[in-house]
Amino acid sequence: MTRGFLINLVLFAMLPVTALTALMLDEPFIITLTTKVAILALAGVGLNIALGLGGLVSLGHAAFFGIGGYAMGILAHHAQTFTPILENPLLIEGTKSMPVIWLVAVLTGALAALAIGALSLRTSGVYFIMITLAFGQMLYYFAISWPAYGGEDGLSIYVRNGFPGLNTLDPIQFFAITFVVLALVLGGAGRFAASPFGLALSAARQNPERVETVGLSPYRLRLLAFVISGAVTALAGALFADLNRFVSPTMLSWHMSGEIMIFVILGGVGRLFGPVAGAALFILLEHILGGLSDFWHVYLGLLLLLVVLFARGGMIGALAGRQVAHD
Amino acid sequence: MTTILLIEQVLNGLQFGVMLFLMAAGLTLIFGVMGLINLAHGSLYMVGAFAAAAVAGATGSFILALIASLVAAAAAGAIVELVVIRRLYDRDHLDQVLATFALILIFSEGTRWLFGSFPLFLDIPPALSGPVTLPGGIEYPLYRLVIIGVGLFIALGLFQLIARTRIGIRIRAGESDREMIAALGVDISKLYTLVFALGAGLAGLAGALVGAIQSVQVGMGEPVLILAFVVIVIGGIGSIRGALVGALLVGLTDTLGGVLLPGVFATFMEPSAATAVGSSLASMSIYILMAAVLLFKPTGLYGSA
Repeated sequence: MTRGFLINLVLFAMLPVTALTALMLDEPFIITLTTKVAILALAGVGLNIALGLGGLVSLGHAAFFGIGGYAMGILAHHAQTFTPILENPLLIEGTKSMPVIWLVAVLTGALAALAIGALSLRTSGVYFIMITLAFGQMLYYFAISWPAYGGEDGLSIYVRNGFPGLNTLDPIQFFAITFVVLALVLGGAGRFAASPFGLALSAARQNPERVETVGLSPYRLRLLAFVISGAVTALAGALFADLNRFVSPTMLSWHMSGEIMIFVILGGVGRLFGPVAGAALFILLEHILGGLSDFWHVYLGLLLLLVVLFARGGMIGALAGRQVAHD
Repeated sequence: MTTILLIEQVLNGLQFGVMLFLMAAGLTLIFGVMGLINLAHGSLYMVGAFAAAAVAGATGSFILALIASLVAAAAAGAIVELVVIRRLYDRDHLDQVLATFALILIFSEGTRWLFGSFPLFLDIPPALSGPVTLPGGIEYPLYRLVIIGVGLFIALGLFQLIARTRIGIRIRAGESDREMIAALGVDISKLYTLVFALGAGLAGLAGALVGAIQSVQVGMGEPVLILAFVVIVIGGIGSIRGALVGALLVGLTDTLGGVLLPGVFATFMEPSAATAVGSSLASMSIYILMAAVLLFKPTGLYGSA
């Protein structure tokens, strides 16, 4: 506990410390990189609720990430072209306000997760993996073949969306926003895991029969977890699109799903701060290996393979000194 | 919509379905026998296509190219099984997904390293190029007909192999009770390597055959892999018959959806909107098919729980 707690603390402090150091050294690029870590970690935290707590191996979480991204893209696109999204039966205008965009992203992410989860959770195991993968691809192809919002080319936003009282174009202020969001969600996810619902969900992962005997429905527990997980990942998607001021079908592709899963596994499945460690390590590797070779994916693949085969429990697991395999 | 066009599209759908079957058969066999979910199956498809393109470029022989694709993919499969996959049989699906995802990264970037980013081209041999006239006056590319024939022939061979031969008996026995067949003196790990290489070889052959119609490029296996997953989810994991039925269903739905749906919507919508809605629905149609099948049969058409 103590060692793990210490690691978590260091990990968590690492983000603002890096960003502030970069601010003092006048390196805005590093601040942006740290922001990217915080946002991708947030997406991982979302997946980890389904994967780590619920044992639901979803290979389609890019769907929610992309939905969040498109929620931001579509709202901001309409705001900057001064066209309403919908006129009949009621008028809906676009917006450049981050809180509103987040709300829309979370709601649409949750709704999509409800629909996908309700269908996918009828199955289990390897069927679940493949079905979530297929639903993700379905949305990916939908985004590609839907010309109204850029199709394959995606949507560009010229000015980053606004947050009341802050200048979001200033890298450190945008970092502060993402970091606070990440901190709040991490706090929420921690509380959630320790709540009666989180415990029941954990129990449903370990022994569904027993949970059912107690009178709880594993299906409902899992569905709710999947919805929360999708909503959090969609929020991350909205922030990610805002970071790049761009959204494209790539955010929905299954490579993205794989990457989000890599954040969780590299860090440690089911650990609250696992995604933070994983996302940081991934971005660091991308940067270092990417500088060494154009073909850095080969090294990333080899490293990932070694982690899966020999370092079960991920980075935090290895550092915390206790080799706990996920179940 | 003329009848001739419709028949052509049905044939295209069959050809696509038969190719998907070659992919899906290996995938479902590997899952059924070893309980392993292999995301890197698409990479073996790519390996086959690249091997064929390289050999065809060097020798000019299409037959040699096909043999090379089969051998290279089967060899790559066997090596991957020996080095990585056999450590994953006892692990949960999550580890298998990740390790094979890592293999995709290694294979894709490794191929890019070797062959560069530009697509290669594999020519249809002169003897098989050009159209043939089918009964009813329909002109259809001979090569696509050959693919349908080859695919169905291999499907038949695979059924015979599984149902009639000693190896087939062992494969089926390995599916139902691994410990028991090991206790009876069958070298189970050799059997697993063999099944994996067989599945890989089929994927590689599919890659080479399709590579002559499309271009051979890095990442070509991934869209096909996902379609193959859809196929075996529809057919039921572990069932070769399910893979065949699922592959033909998916092939036909995908091809006919793209042709028919815009027309259907044009009957009650503006032409431009109908094309947009029709084509996006068409690109999603097989996933809708899959969701519909699973609503009624959560383990697929021929799957057991």
